[in-house]
Amino acid sequence: MGQMISLSEISKIIDNWLRATFNPTWTLIIEMVIAGVCVIGLFAVLGLVLVIMERKVSAWIQIRLGPNRVGPKGMFQSMADTVKLLVKEGLTPDGADKFLFNLAPLIAIVVAMLLMAPIAFARDFQMWDINIGVLYVSAVSSVMVISILMAGWASNNKYSLLGAMRSGAQIVSYELSAGLSIIAIVILTGSLSFNEIVHSQVDGWWIFKGHIPVLIAFVIFIIAATAETNRAPFDLAEAESELTAGFHTEYSGMKFALFFLAEYVNVFIVCAIGATLFLGGWMPFHIGSWQGFNQVMDYIPSSIWFMGKTFFLIFLIMWFRWTFPRLRIDQLLNLEWKYLLPISMFNLLLVTAMAILGWHF
Amino acid sequence: MSKGLPLWGRFGGGFMFLINYIKTVFSTVKSMLVGMRRTGYYFTHHKEIITEEYPDNRETMHLPERFKGEVVMPHDEKNEHRCTGCTACELACPNGTIKVVTKFDITPEGKKKKAIDKLVYHLELCTMCNLCIVACPSDAIKMAQTFEHSVFDRSQLTKVLNNPGSKIMDGVE
Amino acid sequence: MYRETTIVADENQNLAAKEAGDFIINVGPQHPATHGVLHLVITLNGETIKKVEPHLGFIHRSIEKMCESLTYRQFIYVTSRMDYLSSHINNHACALCVEKGMQVEIPGRAKVIRILMDELTRIASHELWLGAMAMDLGAFTPFFHTFRERELINDIMEETCGARLTMNYIVPGGVMQDIHPNFQKKVKDFVKQFTSKIGEMDEIVTGNTIFQNRMKGVGILSKEDAVSFGCTGPAARGSGVSCDTRKIFPYEGYEKLQFDEILENGCDSFARYMIRIREMQQSIRIIEQLIDNIPEGDFQAKTKAVIKLPKGEFYQRVETARGQFGVFIVSEGGTTPYRIKFRSPGFSNLSALDHMARGSKLGDLVAMMGTLDLVIPDIDR
Repeated sequence: MGQMISLSEISKIIDNWLRATFNPTWTLIIEMVIAGVCVIGLFAVLGLVLVIMERKVSAWIQIRLGPNRVGPKGMFQSMADTVKLLVKEGLTPDGADKFLFNLAPLIAIVVAMLLMAPIAFARDFQMWDINIGVLYVSAVSSVMVISILMAGWASNNKYSLLGAMRSGAQIVSYELSAGLSIIAIVILTGSLSFNEIVHSQVDGWWIFKGHIPVLIAFVIFIIAATAETNRAPFDLAEAESELTAGFHTEYSGMKFALFFLAEYVNVFIVCAIGATLFLGGWMPFHIGSWQGFNQVMDYIPSSIWFMGKTFFLIFLIMWFRWTFPRLRIDQLLNLEWKYLLPISMFNLLLVTAMAILGWHF
Repeated sequence: MSKGLPLWGRFGGGFMFLINYIKTVFSTVKSMLVGMRRTGYYFTHHKEIITEEYPDNRETMHLPERFKGEVVMPHDEKNEHRCTGCTACELACPNGTIKVVTKFDITPEGKKKKAIDKLVYHLELCTMCNLCIVACPSDAIKMAQTFEHSVFDRSQLTKVLNNPGSKIMDGVE
Repeated sequence: MYRETTIVADENQNLAAKEAGDFIINVGPQHPATHGVLHLVITLNGETIKKVEPHLGFIHRSIEKMCESLTYRQFIYVTSRMDYLSSHINNHACALCVEKGMQVEIPGRAKVIRILMDELTRIASHELWLGAMAMDLGAFTPFFHTFRERELINDIMEETCGARLTMNYIVPGGVMQDIHPNFQKKVKDFVKQFTSKIGEMDEIVTGNTIFQNRMKGVGILSKEDAVSFGCTGPAARGSGVSCDTRKIFPYEGYEKLQFDEILENGCDSFARYMIRIREMQQSIRIIEQLIDNIPEGDFQAKTKAVIKLPKGEFYQRVETARGQFGVFIVSEGGTTPYRIKFRSPGFSNLSALDHMARGSKLGDLVAMMGTLDLVIPDIDR
């Protein structure tokens, strides 16, 4: 395939050069540093891009112009906001548990960083090709709730506490249906590794070749992902009109910015996982036997495919946010325990039967 | 559900429950999609945007001529106004916004005539209720369409409406 | 001489109801849910509300006392500052009450203009309420969509009255100025746009299942309770209490117009929501009947420059967007009222909040406050 220089080739070139220049220990250390810098850089870029994207999407839905002062079409608005947040004073309230209060945003951001590790960004471009990638992601993402509970408890604020408790109940419940819808793909693929899941979709994405059960699993995954990242209509942890700002009421400056960043990076990660599991990750879009069309599709770099699918899902989640009203806490739990969980269990049964009988393409 | 057929009744009830359950799920999804179609329409149709970029559109922005911005006293090119100093506006004002300071002019015939020295207007007290304009018998004051009144010093909001050296117009009693 | 007042602390006031596990949170006076400076002390058990205590007085400006020192022409502008969303209707009530005392007959043209302005104000108020209500429930988008239509009404008001919110357009004897030449055309444009766009709210808000679940069956206010709390307006009509002042005590020629009093028997938040949505359509109906039939003539009756009311008591009630608004003037025969009392709808409606909210969730409280459509300066005065 006549590809342009891909991310995997760049990484290979760097790897070879490092191996030729340094001894293996130093190579490993330098590669880890490079990966760390890349992740932090990706965080910063994601934060900036997703915030401006959210503001523009909301503005256009709400028949407004949105940010349009800083830079061309307001594209640098989120950078200006970041600078503002950086220079703001990070207050720690008097009655707060100072250690936990300051630790909570760090945990949020560290969890988000850890989740980056097994994601396949492009063909053969993955930080850590772990063979239990799916399990790893669902395990590590559960730690997120600890940071929210910690923030709510340590703030010594009643709004924060209510928000944190809501969030605890919410994330613990919605992990079930998110996990079950992920298992549907795991059953079809027979592997927990992201790399193998992507390779299993070389002849068609799961959402196309998995029939209706996978479609249902996809819808449930999107709903659960929205809930797990505390986004509207499931933003009960923040619930602006009820709890002012929920668990981060007392946070300001950079500590608030870390929570904010963690929220957007989490959205990116769940969408990346959704794109990997259901939409073929970095696999290009192919139609049966149209050779010409398929070659054109192959020519588009795999990283673009991955980002395109991920951002499509992110847009979907933003679209939800700016359309729907918020649920009440008991309705939120009803939705999970009375609707999503039974449906996804039944759906799992269908998927298992389908996998055993080999009904998928 | 008939009582004579408990088994059928239970089965039927369960069946109906299932039907209702599926109906609920479908109607929910449908209502969500209807809402998303509407917001999606606005997302893609940018000509529906109604934002006015205010400080940039100062030149093209038109306020209606009745807009109540602040009280002004029009003067003609000879620096003459129509105010007789009758204090009708001062009496009509609910907030004590207007204060008329009068003096006595000597007319060419040697008579003393009452005229205004200063018409002091406190913009910071004014509620733009239009009562002074309605009360004025000689149309000496009117509402201007300015609205950008913010200043750094409060004393700048106390204005003298008549120009320095201005006189009353001929024929206005 | 002033004496220092000592507040006798009632030890049992808050502690009596407090049991183990109670959680008291303050909503307001600075809070996104209260739309103003209302302070609610909420006793929670988990997420369930045990008690709601409204604390008032943060925006008390003693308007009734202020009015005692203002003449009958001057005091009307102050009433715009009470319920600022239906300021026209407040002004209307005061003007009617003064005219009752003066015994003047106002021209037909002024009457029609007044009704038109009232109904436009009612629509504008309900539009703002609809947006704010959806925002209370976490949907931000409808707020901007309803403001688009409200903006047209504000433009009409700006052109004719010269102001967008506190107009002071209705004066004793008629209206302050004649309508602008563009008025009829602009109102017709507005009616056209409103009727074409109101269906969008059904798509985004009313038909949405989440919204319906948040509204149906919460904030139950039975018919008896609505009467005993003195609720009026949409809050009472949602419980099936027929209380439209325009129908019961018609004023200004409302008796000649064809419109329906909207009643719903749901008694819940959704019923109160639907009342307002359907009331907007009735207001459109009234506007459509009048807009082409504005009689020619004076816009103001001939009145004396200084109004004096005869000795006596005068009361006038009107239907604002929030309920029954009453003006009670006691005159000693002078140029200023001896005593003025305003009966504001928001105060009585707020008193039902505690009764409605007990036993429901915290999120529902915000929805209930939304459906009561509280305007805090109206409650505090």
